[in-house]
Parts: sequence; C-alpha cells; structure tokens
Amino acid sequence: MQEILQYLFSGLTNGAIYAVIALGFSMLYSSTELINFAHGEFVMLGALCMVTLAVNLGFPLIPAFFLSICAVAAAGLLFERLAIRPVRHPEPIVLIIITVGASIFLRGVGMLIWGKDAHSMPPFSQHPPLDVAGARLLIQSIWILIIVAALTAALQMFYRRTLTGKAMTACAVSKKAAWIVGIPTKWMVMLAFGLSTGMGAVAGAIIAPITMSSYDMGTMLGLKGFCAAMLGGLGSLWGAILGGFLLGILEALGVGYISSGLKDATAFVLLLLVLYVRPQGIIGAGEVKRF
Amino acid sequence: MNDKAHKIAYAVFALAVILLGWQVDNQYYLQLMIFIGLNTLLALSLNMLMGYAGQISLGHAAFYGIGAYVTAILTTTYQVAPVLALPAAVGTAMLVAWIVGIPTLRLSGYYLGMGTLGFGMIVHIVLREWSSVTGGASGFVGIPPLEIGLVVFASGKNYFFLVWAVVLLCLIMCRRIIDSRVGRALRSIHDGEKAAAAVGVDTKKLKLQVFVFSAGMAALAGFLYAHLVYFISPGTFSFVASIRIVTMVVIGGMASIWGALLGASLLTLLPEWLHAFSEFEMVVYGLILMGVMIFLPRGLTRGVLDVYERYRKNHDR
Amino acid sequence: MTDNSHLLEIRDIHKAFGGVRALREIDFSLEKGSITGLIGPNGAGKTTLFNVITGVFPADRGEIRFAGQSVTSYAVHERVELGIARTFQNVELFESMTVLENILVGLHTRTRCGMIGSIFKFPRIRREEKQARKRATELLEFVDLADHAPRRSSDLPFGWQRLLEVARAMAAAPRLLLLDEPAAGLNMSETRQLGDLIHQIRDQGITILLVEHDMSLTMSISDKIVVLDQGRKIAEDTPRSVQSDEAVMAAYLGKGKNSGHGR
Ligand SMILES: Nc1ncnc2c1ncn2[C@@H]1O[C@H](COP(=O)(O)OP(=O)(O)O)[C@@H](O)[C@H]1O
Ligand SMILES: [Mg+2]
Repeated sequence: MQEILQYLFSGLTNGAIYAVIALGFSMLYSSTELINFAHGEFVMLGALCMVTLAVNLGFPLIPAFFLSICAVAAAGLLFERLAIRPVRHPEPIVLIIITVGASIFLRGVGMLIWGKDAHSMPPFSQHPPLDVAGARLLIQSIWILIIVAALTAALQMFYRRTLTGKAMTACAVSKKAAWIVGIPTKWMVMLAFGLSTGMGAVAGAIIAPITMSSYDMGTMLGLKGFCAAMLGGLGSLWGAILGGFLLGILEALGVGYISSGLKDATAFVLLLLVLYVRPQGIIGAGEVKRF
Repeated sequence: MNDKAHKIAYAVFALAVILLGWQVDNQYYLQLMIFIGLNTLLALSLNMLMGYAGQISLGHAAFYGIGAYVTAILTTTYQVAPVLALPAAVGTAMLVAWIVGIPTLRLSGYYLGMGTLGFGMIVHIVLREWSSVTGGASGFVGIPPLEIGLVVFASGKNYFFLVWAVVLLCLIMCRRIIDSRVGRALRSIHDGEKAAAAVGVDTKKLKLQVFVFSAGMAALAGFLYAHLVYFISPGTFSFVASIRIVTMVVIGGMASIWGALLGASLLTLLPEWLHAFSEFEMVVYGLILMGVMIFLPRGLTRGVLDVYERYRKNHDR
Repeated sequence: MTDNSHLLEIRDIHKAFGGVRALREIDFSLEKGSITGLIGPNGAGKTTLFNVITGVFPADRGEIRFAGQSVTSYAVHERVELGIARTFQNVELFESMTVLENILVGLHTRTRCGMIGSIFKFPRIRREEKQARKRATELLEFVDLADHAPRRSSDLPFGWQRLLEVARAMAAAPRLLLLDEPAAGLNMSETRQLGDLIHQIRDQGITILLVEHDMSLTMSISDKIVVLDQGRKIAEDTPRSVQSDEAVMAAYLGKGKNSGHGR
C-alpha cells in the first residue's frame, strides 16, 4: 500500500510534467497541424534559464519563473519567424526535418551556453517532504501539481472565454474559414508558437528543482510528452492532461513492478497501442483524419 | 533517364569505385568511404519506402540494428559462420518488418511517422536493456571479421570493394524495381492512394512488401557494419540515427537513387568537416539541416535542377 | 438467382455519413452493353453510389452483384480485377508520372510481374513489359494522346487529363466503366468528342454507368436514365420519359438547367 502510494506520487509528478509538455504539442498541432520535434529543447531551455536566473543570478523565484518563460517563448517566436514561416510547401516530412534540425541547433546552443555539465537548483520552497500513509511526498511535487492545475484552468478560460482563444479554436477547425471571417491566421500561428514554447518552458522550470538539468535533457522529455499527447488525443486539451498523467502513473508502476530499465519503453508501447487501436487517442474528437 | 543513360551511369560509378579503391591507401579515407557505402545502402532502402512509395519512417535504424545484432549474436555467441548469419540477419529484420508493418502501415502522414518512431525507440530500448543477450548499453564486443570461403574481409581495401559492390548491386536492384510494374504501382500510391486502388493496385499488400524489402536492405547494411567494426552498441541505432537516414534521403532528393548516394555522402562527410567547428558542430549541423529544407525542400538533386530550370526559363524569354 | 442479361445489380443499398443519409433503398440494374445515365442534383448521392459500387467504403445495408456474383465483401482492387473500372469527378491522375506511365499503372491488373520478377528481369517479364507498353500506346492512340506519351500528366491541359483518365480506366480491360462527370470542365467540342468516345467504348461491349450534368450529352447517349434525389431513386426510365416525368422536373431539371451551365 505504502509502496503503491509512493509510485503513485512519483507518477503524478512526472505525469504533470508530461501533461504540460503534451499541452504544448497539442496546442501547436491544433492550430498549425505541425509537430514540433524541437519542443523538448524548449523544455530544456526553460529549465536551464530557470537555474541560471534563480541560482547563478540570484533572482527571486517568481520573476525568475516568468522571465524564463518569456525568454523561451521569445525564442519560440523567433523560431517560427525564421524557420517555419519561410517554408513554402509545408509537407510533414519537410517540417519534421526542419524541427529536428532546430532541435539539434538548440541543443548545440544549450551546450555552448551551459556546457556539458548538469545543473541543479533547490526546490521552490524549503520544507521537509510530507509523510502520507508512510509514503514521502516532496513539496516540489505539490508545487508542480498546483502550477499545472492553475495552467490548465487558465488555458481553459483562455479558449472558452476570450475572443483570441475562440479565434484560435476557429483556426484549428478550418484555417480557410477562419481567414474568410477575418481572423488574422498569421498572428494566430505566432500566438500558438509563443504559447506552445512558453508551455514547454513552464515544464522545464518546474522540474528544474527535482532533476539534473543539462543541454541534452530535452529529447526524451519531448518524445514522451509527445506520446502523452497522442495517448490522450492530439489536439485536445483534456486529452493532453489525461495522457500525461496516465503515462506518468503507468511508467512509475512499470518501474516499480516490472523493471526500471524498461521505464522508457512504456511511453512508446502505449504510443503504438493507441495508434493501432484508436489513432484519434483516448478522448480525441471522433473521426480523425489519418492524413 | 533512359536505360542507356543508366548503364553509362553504372559504368562510371563502377569505374570510380575501382579507381578510388586502387589509388587510396590511407586507412582513414578508406574507412570513411566504406561508411558512405553503408549509409548509401540505408538511404537507398529508406528511399524506396519514403521517396517512392511515400511512406514516412522515423524508425528505420531499428532494422539496421536488428541486422547488426542478429549477426553479432549468431557469429559471436553461437559461432555461426558469417555467411550463414547473413540470411538470418536479413530474414529476421524482414520478419519483424512484416509483423510490425501490418498494423503500422494502415496509418499515414504524421501518424505513420509516430508509429515507426515508437517502434524504433522500442527496438533501441530492447537492445540497450536486454544485456544478457545484447551486451546492454556498453555494447557487444568481439564480432569476428567477415570470411567468405577463403577470403577474409579484414583490410580496409577488401571491405571497401565488398561494400561498394553490394551498393552497386542494390542500386541496380532498386532501379529495376522502380522501373517495373511494381515500381510504378509504388509511385502511384505516393501520388494518390485512392486512385491507385481504383486502378487495381493492392495498396496494403504493396506497402507491406516495400516496407519488408526496405527493412531487409537496412539489415544488410547492419550486417556489413557489424563485421566492419567488430564492436556495436545501441547508440548507433537510436532515434537520432533514424533521423539521420531520413535526412540523407530528403537532402539527397526523394525518389532518386543517385540522390541517396549524394545524401549519404554529404551526411557522412559533414560531421568530419564540422569537427573543425569543435563545439559549434551541433549548431552548424542544425543550421544546415534547416537551411537546406527551407530553401531546397525537394532536396539537393531536385533543388539544383529546379533552380537551373528556372534560370533557363528566364533566359529563354 | 442469377440474371444473365444484367451485368450489375444494385440491391437495396443504404449509406449514411453520420446524420447525412446519402443513399436510401437504391435498387436498379445495368443491362449488359448498355449506357445508363445517373443524374440528380449536387449532393444527391451519385458519387457515393460510385464509391459503394467500387468498394471505397461498404454500404450500410444491401448488396452489389457483378456478373451474377456478390462483390459486397470485395476490396477495391479485387473489384477492378473482376472488371469494374472508374474515373473520378475531380480528375485523379498520378501527377508525378508521365502520360504513358499513367496508362501502364492502369494495366496493373492485366500484368503479373512482382518484386522478384522485376529484380531479375526474366525473359517472361521483359516480354510482358513490352506488350504492356504496346497496349498502353494503343490506348493513348484511342484517346488521341499518343504524341504526348512522355509528358508529365500534370502538364496536360485539363480536357486531356480527363481523356487520359478514361484511357487509364480502360487499361484495366473493364466490363463495367463508371464515369463520374467526365464532361465537367470540358468545352463544347471536347464534350462532343467525349460523347463519341463513350459510344466507341460501348461498341467494344463495355457497359457504362455515366454521371453527367450535361443533359444534352446524357440524354442523347444513354439507353436508360436513373434519377437520384436526396439519396433516393425517384425515377428509372428511358431518356424521353424521364424528361417528361413530373417528379423529376420538380426535383431536378428545373434546378439542373441552371446548375448545368453555371458550374
Ligand atoms: N466521405 C464522406 N463523408 C461524409 N459525407 C459524405 C461523404 N461523401 C459524400 N458525403 C455526403 O453525401 C451526400 C452525397 O454526396 P455525393 O455522393 O458526393 O453527391 P453527388 O455526387 O450526387 O453530388 C452529400 O450530402 C455529401 O456531403
Ligand atoms: Mg459527385
């Protein structure tokens, strides 16, 4: 019981992170039909920015957090402007290679700035772990869950309540129709990039205290976040959240009861299962075009 | 290109290989050219699937790895002669491709990309974690050199000729397939799956066939790789390796067998040149990838032809 | 119960897309060697019926019988093999391939060469390839495109693309040919040429089901007209009787005259 709880806590924590990364993927996909293979690298940038600002430059947490996000989102916008917008025939294969190129580039940049060493930072608040029925729950985990919940609520509000959010949904449904009713799709694409990469930065910033951050941390995180997004249903907000937590928890249980070596395989086995059985994802909306 | 042009191209190609193999004595250059050959095999095999049939694979390195590991395990652990390990290595990869292909090839576009990516990751993780058989993350050592009859392919030169002979054979083989009824049907799937079915092409079966074929060829490259370096580790067959193969195909030019050769050469040589940039290597590599795709999305062979055609049109006016 | 004079029997076909009932209780047969016109306003379900006949998607209910045999469970390519060929409303050529190659792909079901055969180029395979090329050239001559064999199919003018698509369908040596609005986008002389072509195809003994908005063409070449409206068959008769049918007039011809020209 105590053991299971311990796995569950670790699963929830990782799950929350995967969920945020998945949200970034999903959001971008739904408004641009693009899968950004460099997304994981934006997570890495978020984490390393956070470490630099909070530890090396001694910024207080909250400004450090928001500054990292803004900096990474700015990088995301730059990426869209310089590498995505000039593409004349945006076919999947071309975009895959461009974003993979971007991921290598960003990893290189990360290595130039932060070196090959791993960096760490203290948790957001200094409290001893909570003891829940014998299992240890890190305070940072609680922070992560709170931040993810707040982020989800804010996004939900944004999509449902604000005009811009609704416009983005319209773009997701049909670019052409959106253009006809006068929604500036170019701005919507930029907004989607900014939000998506910013979301990546959030994921990076909140795990920085519980992991060692280094220039090459992004690839696996990105791929797993992507699996989570597919699992829940690419393009759906709640799908990303569900997929993230499901992946986190199953992975933790897998580590506990099967083998820690196969931990990384969980995500991809789930990915294949969902693709074979239900490509639109667990709560993906109805019929999905398989292109 | 017509038949005759191809024959001339093959002859020129064979001549170049013989000249290079004869003249070059530097072990480093020989090794580099052998790697170009192996990468050409990989690019060619993926090009059949991706360039001609239009089916993306982001997990092609898995078959390369299966080929390498099957021969490594058979020849080292079980002392099987390499010549006998070859059909086993290629056959295993083809069998795996067949099993995985049935559910995966129902997908298309990004979803197919993701399915193959997931498969590639799983194979990579299995190679890394199944240490009792594969040697795990630290790799598999002690693979014997390739012996065929009395000839031992150990020196750089021998291996050079072997690899490039195989490349030439594979080039001819792929060319023949592409120019045949099967190849036309493959290309028709690329252009429009609905229309291909409507003229009577069994698209499901054909996609599976080309997937299996391409897996077999990648495994052949893996076999040659294992007996070249005597030591293999899972890192060589990771997601990054799969992406590198895709990049070779796309940069060289999709649906072009000579493009595969070009892409493989560039992508093998590029890191060597980039060593000069030392820590800027990754940055420059990433920039080149993005740049080529933004400005020449149809790859170098097509891209250069396009630019030339535009130039000619402008001057005709 | 086989009926020898009918090549295609459509029995009680139903098909819905979500809430849209695209086909309901469709029931009719095509006589061997005849030309049947299938007409109806846009959205009536004509293309959907083509898709059901060729097997692109299954019907929700009902049966398709071809040459006395039920083909309901057959895949698209198997039906082509049996002798059902089609063209598309929006021309669907293989754009990266040449005109000749398009026809060669059309001959797919009439040739045998496989992966192994293509690699080894056995004499049998060479012979087959040669014959296929000869046959392809004949088909191109049939539609007057032989001079353009080496051009990329996407470079042809639109009218010729339609003809090429017909020739490609003919390459499968079909017994039944389904033409989906073959005259759409053609000018008057091209349309007349197409009418001649359809007659010639019928004279080769091939049964034709023709969807066409050009009424003068359809009425002049069809032996029988079937009218669909909102997924239902509302008439099946000779061209002359259909033209004077009240229900048809109400449902279709009134609107049809406008849409026929103003497309
Ligand atoms: N693949 C499909 N998915 C959903 N609805 C479809 C599909 N194909 C056709 N429909 C619908 O079925 C109806 C009949 O369409 P169609 O057969 O194309 O008409 P026609 O060819 O007579 O103009 C239309 O309402 C159309 O929107
Ligand atoms: Mg129609």
